Amino acid sequence: MHKRVGLEVTVAVAEAVALCRIDMAGVYPITPQSHIAEHLSNLVADGVLDAEFVTVESEHSAMSAVIGASSAGARAYTATASQGLLLMNELLPIASAMRLPITMAIANRAVSGPLNILNDHSDIMPQRDTGWITVFAENGQESVDLSIQAFKIAEHPDVMLPVCVNIDGFQLTHMVEPVELPTQEEVDAFLPPFVPHATLHPSRPVTMGAFSMSDYFTEIMKAKDEAIKNSKKVILDVWKEWEEKFGRSYKPVESYRADDADVVLLTMGSMGETAGLAIDDLRARGIKAGLVKLRLWRPFPFAELKAAIKNTKKLIVTDRAVSFGGPGGPVFSEIKSALFAEASRPAAYNYIIGLGGRDVTVSDFANMVETVMADAGNKKADTYEFWGVRE
Amino acid sequence: MNIVENFDLFAPRLINHQELFSPGHRACSGCAEVLAVRLMCKALGENTVIASATGCMEIVSSMFPTTAWRVPWIHVAFENAAAVASGVEAGLKALRRKGRIDDRYVKVVGMAGDGGTMDIGFQALSGAMERGHDMIYVCFDNEAYMNTGIQRSSGTPMGASTTTAPAGKVSIGQKTWKKNMPEIMVAHNIPYVATVCPSFPLDFVRKLQKARSIEGPSYIHCFSVCPTGWRSPSHSAISMGRLAVETGVFPLFEVENGHYSMSPDMPRKLRPIRDYFKPQGRFRHLTDEDIDLIQHKVDTEFQKLVEKTKYLKTGNE
Ligand SMILES: Cc1ncc(C[n+]2csc(CCOP(=O)(O)OP(=O)(O)O)c2C)c(N)n1
Ligand code: SF4
Ligand SMILES: [Mg+2]
Repeated sequence: MHKRVGLEVTVAVAEAVALCRIDMAGVYPITPQSHIAEHLSNLVADGVLDAEFVTVESEHSAMSAVIGASSAGARAYTATASQGLLLMNELLPIASAMRLPITMAIANRAVSGPLNILNDHSDIMPQRDTGWITVFAENGQESVDLSIQAFKIAEHPDVMLPVCVNIDGFQLTHMVEPVELPTQEEVDAFLPPFVPHATLHPSRPVTMGAFSMSDYFTEIMKAKDEAIKNSKKVILDVWKEWEEKFGRSYKPVESYRADDADVVLLTMGSMGETAGLAIDDLRARGIKAGLVKLRLWRPFPFAELKAAIKNTKKLIVTDRAVSFGGPGGPVFSEIKSALFAEASRPAAYNYIIGLGGRDVTVSDFANMVETVMADAGNKKADTYEFWGVRE
Repeated sequence: MNIVENFDLFAPRLINHQELFSPGHRACSGCAEVLAVRLMCKALGENTVIASATGCMEIVSSMFPTTAWRVPWIHVAFENAAAVASGVEAGLKALRRKGRIDDRYVKVVGMAGDGGTMDIGFQALSGAMERGHDMIYVCFDNEAYMNTGIQRSSGTPMGASTTTAPAGKVSIGQKTWKKNMPEIMVAHNIPYVATVCPSFPLDFVRKLQKARSIEGPSYIHCFSVCPTGWRSPSHSAISMGRLAVETGVFPLFEVENGHYSMSPDMPRKLRPIRDYFKPQGRFRHLTDEDIDLIQHKVDTEFQKLVEKTKYLKTGNE
């Protein structure tokens, strides 16, 4: 057994990344990511981590620099949030098209208009189609574990894609939580050194980032789509190995008391813990409620999701972002399209919750379940609502 | 006899025979920018890694699945060549220190056009230079956004007609003075800043080799005649480059640790800028008055530079 220590989650994540012996980090400060950058720089300054720590002048340059370092064959890391992630946006599909196994932490934070430094998922949702493997952490331990697993998944020769680990800003990043950090020997045994298939070195000159006309472009897009779909097998293998080595299990979709549930709540990220308490509460009152937590956002786990809700009559999808003028929150759209062809599917409800750091309590989640249960003819199904909004 | 006229005699012995930028690229005929790229590769040699911005030189050299590059080369986007180069440099440095790659010295180069350098890539360049990466940054200045169709940039000279600053009944075309990029780089207190033009190949090669030998960041500003965008005959690219230098429109100089020196190729007496303007369609609409105004500015700027080479004694050390 490892010693469980109380650490701020950002610090624990930086420690985990250092255990992965990164060669290079390119970072730019933004709340609530900054402590990851600061703690990494401490580890480099103290000689604990032998890496180039490049303090770039913007997130655009942070992503550019890690792309450069990764192309040179280095294990490269960055972390950002919100406006920083949006500033990187231009480069995210380039990193995945160039099949660079960069890993990045996103300390999820609301996107400006108005400026707000608190948590929601409006930063990551617009990145959905950039070709990055995207996972969500629920607590401090998951943030640590996923950060280490990310390198192994990204660098696997059958994958070679960038990975982002989403860690809810403040709600998770700034909590002091009990975490177990693996030892250096354990991480070394789990994560072999990065072996790139081509690098920018004169020993074997290559051209990277050539431009393509219509004759090849579609094929390159299809190749990227295949690559991210195929990554699922590696993700599952890595999670299996992790469970064998460290005893903690990871699944694309986690179910909690959902098998026999009439109503199922669906969450992504740190709100799963609060929602879980609401489920216990409802169950204690004899209400058959359950919880499904989506950990893997890309590649989307269609089969696992369908299996998790196959007996459900009513499904409540919670969203932490808005698709303005669209069919509901981005997670809701995704779930609805995943279930569209099913012969029997639950009535699906959508609540947009926790925007810009607004608290969502245990009783909020319990109320959502009760509200939906009271909608006898499913009249409110297929619509979305801003939960708790003052009108 | 001028050393350049004698190029055939000197070049074979003085310049690297290897073609690290291969023929078959798609640049326009008479393009001096692509000639400069070829010379740069010859000067720097095979232990070089290049990060290029989007622009003419990227497009003419790298249509998938072909490439003109025989040195390792990467293109990521338009505004970030300096940032990508800084990441490559950092990555190679870490890997070499850890013994994971050959223990040989590799120079990292960032390259972009005037738009990619002076406008959209300005911040990334300033950051990379300030951080002190061991890299060379080369700006291939053809004085407009050529790849997208001759739009004005902050490198376009006063009075030039471009597709977004066209000459018209009430406009002389570009209404602003060209941004002085080499001076901005000098203000970064980097070890080496130089201006080059492929019409002066020996000066060009010497300066790039000097940049290569210096540890830390250096900035090279390359005057790159673009017959297509300047509306000038394609056979004139070399002579136009020479005229730009000989009129003082684009003086050749270098700044080593803050010390200025004029290149030996600079004439003692400058020619009038009319000689340089005449073959170019982009200046054809200018009146005598307009040209006099520009002549005055060229004279002033050149005099400032002369004074720096003569009287400025304090360097960076
Ligand atoms: C972010 C972004 N904005 C605009 C463009 C379009 N664009 C591509 S190349 C180019 C012009 C390049 O001009 P310059 O840097 O001077 O190089 P040149 O082609 O003249 O050699 C522009 C505007 C782009 N690729 N990316
Ligand atoms: S447009 Fe100008 S710079 Fe671009 S390839 Fe043609 S001549 Fe060269
Ligand atoms: Mg240009």
